[in-house]
Amino acid sequence: MVALATPPTVVIVGFVVVPALVIAVRTVGAGAIGEALGSRRVLSIAWFTVWQAVLTTVVTLAVGMVPAYVLARRRFRGRTLIRTLVVVPFMLPTVVTGAAFLALLPDSARGTWWAVIVAHSYVNLAVVVRVVGSAWETLPHDLTASARTLGASPWNVARHVVAPLLAPATVAAGAIVFLFAATSFGIVQLLGDGSTTTIEAEVARRALRYGDVGGAVVLSVAQLLVLGSVAVATSRRQRRSAHTLRGDARPRPARRGIPRVRALSIAAVTAILVAGPLVMLCAASFRNAGGWTSRAWTSWGSGSIRPGISLGVDPWSAIRASVVTAVVATSIATVVGVLAALAVTEMRRGGQWLDTGIMLPLGISGVTVGLGMLVTFAVPPFDWRGQWWLVPVGHALIGLPFVVRVALPRIRSIQPDQRSAALLLGASPTRAWWETTVRRVTPALGPAVALAAAASLGEFGATTLLSRSGSDTLPLAIAGLLSRPGDLPRSQGFALAAVLMGVTAVLVSLAEGRADARHR
Amino acid sequence: MLLAAAATSLVACSDEPSGPVALRLLAYDSFPTEGTPLNDALDAWAESTGRTVEVVTGGDTGTLVTKAVLTAGNPEADVIWGVDNTWLSAATEGGIYADDPVVADVGDVCVNYDIEWFAAKGIEPPTTLADLVDPTYAGLLAVQDPTASSPGLAFLLATIASEGEGWQDYWTALRANDVAVADSWETAYYELFTRAGGDRPLVVSYGSSPPAEVVLADPPRTDAPTGVVEQTCFRQTEYVGVLAGTDHPDDAAALVEFLTSPEFQAELPLTLFVYPADPAIELPQVFVDFAVVPTSPWTIDPAEIDANRQTWQEQWTALLGS
Repeated sequence: MVALATPPTVVIVGFVVVPALVIAVRTVGAGAIGEALGSRRVLSIAWFTVWQAVLTTVVTLAVGMVPAYVLARRRFRGRTLIRTLVVVPFMLPTVVTGAAFLALLPDSARGTWWAVIVAHSYVNLAVVVRVVGSAWETLPHDLTASARTLGASPWNVARHVVAPLLAPATVAAGAIVFLFAATSFGIVQLLGDGSTTTIEAEVARRALRYGDVGGAVVLSVAQLLVLGSVAVATSRRQRRSAHTLRGDARPRPARRGIPRVRALSIAAVTAILVAGPLVMLCAASFRNAGGWTSRAWTSWGSGSIRPGISLGVDPWSAIRASVVTAVVATSIATVVGVLAALAVTEMRRGGQWLDTGIMLPLGISGVTVGLGMLVTFAVPPFDWRGQWWLVPVGHALIGLPFVVRVALPRIRSIQPDQRSAALLLGASPTRAWWETTVRRVTPALGPAVALAAAASLGEFGATTLLSRSGSDTLPLAIAGLLSRPGDLPRSQGFALAAVLMGVTAVLVSLAEGRADARHR
Repeated sequence: MLLAAAATSLVACSDEPSGPVALRLLAYDSFPTEGTPLNDALDAWAESTGRTVEVVTGGDTGTLVTKAVLTAGNPEADVIWGVDNTWLSAATEGGIYADDPVVADVGDVCVNYDIEWFAAKGIEPPTTLADLVDPTYAGLLAVQDPTASSPGLAFLLATIASEGEGWQDYWTALRANDVAVADSWETAYYELFTRAGGDRPLVVSYGSSPPAEVVLADPPRTDAPTGVVEQTCFRQTEYVGVLAGTDHPDDAAALVEFLTSPEFQAELPLTLFVYPADPAIELPQVFVDFAVVPTSPWTIDPAEIDANRQTWQEQWTALLGS
């Protein structure tokens, strides 16, 4: 089993834990901590990062509770469809969401705080609907009914019965939303400006615009500390406020509650809110100042502006770079992820450590993962900064958690009896393990592969730092095109974002579809 | 273990001798990658010395420098062309060079204007930096982001040299006057400028851009369609040097020597539209006729640039950054 655990452990320790430690140590060693953290600009960015994340959390919870209630407690035709639709923004690459809001909102919205918050709330709606919704689903109906019978007003039922029971899920959802909004990168890159920006984006700006790696490192460590303490605090709070509640084993959405018409219209409005920006994105790729045109789709390939110099981004080369990167990253993530999942199930204590380690890249932001790798692998013989494979390795780290989360339940569902039976029938231990475990896990990998590929195709933060000249991936090309003034580059950016949205949607629905089929 | 094994195999790969020495020349986007006399000269030199040279472009100078700093010691090329006096301190402090870089070329960053556009509108072109915040010129100017582009940074420095402490107010006024910010010189000059089909008849470019408009004109023309606002110019010196950590230090040094030789330098005016490093090199007549050499360009002491570059960039970003 140690053999199984070795590759994933090496990958996690080598590419996540060590880089995080290296940047932490470098920060302690840097004399510039006070200077970097004390500057007025850093303080104002930190302030914006926090308050926009708080406001995003409040807005998302407030808005998300309504569809969460309707989707959890009411049954109607199309409910499953809308539940899936709500998750789409969460799964889309952040550059696509940013592009969609650029397409939806007027030009004057760019750089405003409310545009950033609206987009962040849009992305995180799924968190509230799913996390709070699933708690709501299991709330026994007779509990509220008996409170009503005993004379409690609907308001009192909501306040004294429902709210306390939903509190843990609400805190959990709020914490996730806060963390995602606070580490937002792609969306503020596209929708924010020099002052409506997050620490995450400032880390990248320092490294890539000012050449100030030391300052970037200090900021990213400060960010890690703040976010880490928020995560710890909320998980404590969650444990304290957790109520034991034996809900219905099989949640059944109630037929009673708010009137059917109102439920249906809430569902419809939700669907429109979710789909609207994405439809606008596609429409924007067919528009320029003069009206409707397909030029953005037909003028791919970069034109020569003067002998030997071509202008701008070549969409085909970006697509090629993205596909190659995704294939390599997905292969690494799948192999390492399955090994990790097998090791986690076979080992006890060590397995838990490994499991936690694999989830780390999701908690540590993409920019920090990239920066950590750049700073760490800068000393021979591990000087790999110029290596092309650093980008797919970074992507694989971010895809790993998805692979493990998909593979683990599948492996755990295998009955130990089967393996005993195989052993009893005379199979060698290795053979028994191979036949009953490995061969049964393999067919379940489709969704894992699809999710890892989607994660790679959409990855923006780490790529920004790791990518080398001339090998921009799709998200980089999209951000580049959309940051340029002028009609054609903008609509080409929208077109590429629409392509990326389509590919991601297909991959995610493949994963969800397979997962659903399995549960049935 | 795995890491060590991977590392050794990588080292083994890079040591393999194979055919002619392949050199990579990292340059800004406006350096031609093929099909110009500049590239022919480069290829001829490479062939005669048993090497190959691939031109790799990596964005505008700011992007080029910061990426080189991130990979200092393990560069993605052997020689870097085009770090200018505004970015030089960042490059040398970042340790990107194996040796001191040498001067590659000289130019003046100045606001250019579209002569025909102003004639058609019956507006006088601006003559000073102060004019640019005048409502007459609202929505007409395109500049480059000084955190990504060297002409962008040079123009920012011109405004700092001119306005002193008040430069942030000046830029607030420019913003109110609807200045357009592009991420690179190419975008500003070849997309936003009215000559390229954009809607900005004023653009930050070079004092030697007008000759390019004549030389590259199709159909041919005998006069320059663009003019230079002389009082907006900032002197720019570009450098070329061997990148620290190159696998071929001697070949890279030979390439730098060639790039600064009269043979190569003589091609600069009509391909890159900049002045050769050596003033003794004779300039083509069309260049002499149409390039504008400002009598008193703005300058800032290099030490002051070194000390304040990042602060100024951060302050600018807070005002106009995207």
